[in-house]
Amino acid sequence: MERILFGDNQFFAVNHISDEKSRAQSIKFKDDSAIIKTLDEARFFGINTFMCTTHDRIANICEIIRNDQVKYAGFKIYPCMPYAHKYANAITELGISGTIKQYVPGNIFGSLFKGGIAFLSKDFISIMELLIDAEMKMFKGINTPVIFLQNVITDLFLGLGADEILIRFHQYVKEKYNAEAGFITMNMPRLLDTLEKGGIDNPIICSSINKVGFRMSGGKKLYEKTLKTRKLRAIAMQVLGGGAIPPKEAIEYVCNLPNIESILFGASSKANIQNTTEDIHYFDVINK
Amino acid sequence: MIKVALIGAGKMGISHLSILGAHPDVEMVGVCDTSKIVNDFLSRYGKFNCFTEYKKMINETKPDAVIVAVPTKFHYAIIKDLLNNGLHVFAEKPFCLTPAQGEELILLAANKKVINQVGYHNKFVGTFGEVKRVVKSGSLGDIHHFMAESYGPVVIKAKQETWRSDPSEGGGCLLDYASHVIDLVNDILAPVTEVKGSILDYIYSKNVEDAVYSLLTLSNKVSGVLSVNWSDETYRKMSTTITVIGTKGKIISDANELKVYFKEENAFENYARGWNVKYVTDLTAGVDFYLRGEEYSAQLDYFVRSVSGEVPNSINTFQSAWYTDRAIEMIRKSAK
Repeated sequence: MERILFGDNQFFAVNHISDEKSRAQSIKFKDDSAIIKTLDEARFFGINTFMCTTHDRIANICEIIRNDQVKYAGFKIYPCMPYAHKYANAITELGISGTIKQYVPGNIFGSLFKGGIAFLSKDFISIMELLIDAEMKMFKGINTPVIFLQNVITDLFLGLGADEILIRFHQYVKEKYNAEAGFITMNMPRLLDTLEKGGIDNPIICSSINKVGFRMSGGKKLYEKTLKTRKLRAIAMQVLGGGAIPPKEAIEYVCNLPNIESILFGASSKANIQNTTEDIHYFDVINK
Repeated sequence: MIKVALIGAGKMGISHLSILGAHPDVEMVGVCDTSKIVNDFLSRYGKFNCFTEYKKMINETKPDAVIVAVPTKFHYAIIKDLLNNGLHVFAEKPFCLTPAQGEELILLAANKKVINQVGYHNKFVGTFGEVKRVVKSGSLGDIHHFMAESYGPVVIKAKQETWRSDPSEGGGCLLDYASHVIDLVNDILAPVTEVKGSILDYIYSKNVEDAVYSLLTLSNKVSGVLSVNWSDETYRKMSTTITVIGTKGKIISDANELKVYFKEENAFENYARGWNVKYVTDLTAGVDFYLRGEEYSAQLDYFVRSVSGEVPNSINTFQSAWYTDRAIEMIRKSAK
């Protein structure tokens, strides 16, 4: 993985501290061309990996990238699935089985339910695989070397103790897409325990890592200890702690931690992309 | 270890189950749902002991406390039964379909001396907690008016009907959505005691309202406007905002950002004259396990600690949720 990964929250009005900023972003990135312009600015500063959720609009972005293979040679996308709000809203509206019925392709579900045929355990796994395939469709022909499970799903299964599902996700993306599995989580140390127990060695885990301990469940000390003593390929996100830390100080903290392979950040303006990128390079050189 | 059972493994129930499944002081002894697919999944992958009859689950698993996350129309009968069995209860919101049902359960919970809590999770959001602290300090002067708003994209086209689209089952924007912000007003300012007039607007749904607009008066005579619309797709997810206007200042707060304006210097603690902005990140304590927001973990942790006697069971009691049920009934009547 490259040192810097570019995120997509800003494109889809995800802002953890301000609804007003979120609306401004939604206006700014109304057109796909504005997203592409910002991605091109990130590429100008040497960022060639875009880590993005499987939002409907990403399909259009993929189309643009596919159609200009010269310009986007070497450009990689790390898909993060699923776009949870799509399913969460569907569950509110249709219930759990209604949602599966709507989103699982081929209506396998409807036929399985008919006549009260018992659901066999392997069917849940095949539903998951079908959903992964459905989410991956938009990335056809694009280099996606790491495929992530979004935190709300990772952490839901983690809390439920459904470790098997997480392990199977890891195996399936390897088998079908020749990709590595990544896991986004708000509970990094606990997830690492679970993945290791399931036989996954040195997993890719993306989690909040920041100087103020924001969304570092179990506490900053536990995270620091885990990074120092355990084997994982960590990606730090939310390094600004939701805006609570001055940028330079925030980057310095993360760059000083051991075992952080990549830093994920998103920005809407060229100046912010430049500043963050330069800060990361600056502290990386100092730490060498 | 506290032995907890769950009744209703829908969206909220599964979320509670995951959070409690990760809680170090909780043993999840049973899960009850009527859906075969949900039970099959939870027993196969989560190793939970699943039931389709809650009475059977209670008898066999002997929990100390029960999470009730079934549609609201089932709350009264199930909670009454649980209370009669001396069990501590955490119920999803809204509490009951009528204030009369709620009143009976409040008395019963008091008689049985059990912990009772309702899932109004906004009470555990740092910004709203701070709004309450500022308001209760009196530093805003005389409170004259409030605005309670909530918008989101739940029903954005005409579509399939579920229990959420049946008012007799606890569906509709007023019960399911507006209840959150009404509950915040009750808690931060004072309980709603009078409704001057309301409009229930049917935008896409046939049987339930998609928007609620109402003029409210509180027990302390402060008046305010309620504006809630769950058919607004310009919001990515539910967004709740409280505005409180006083003679010495004003507060505007949502779940992320708190803005306080004071007319004078030294009005309250370290707040300055003019605008002060604070973020939820500064106001929210971390949790041991995070799923969808600190508040979801915090409310369940509070319930667990109430059961084990570490905290007083004073947040989101049946009584406080009853004020919200009463306001909902008054709004519905005033719209007729």
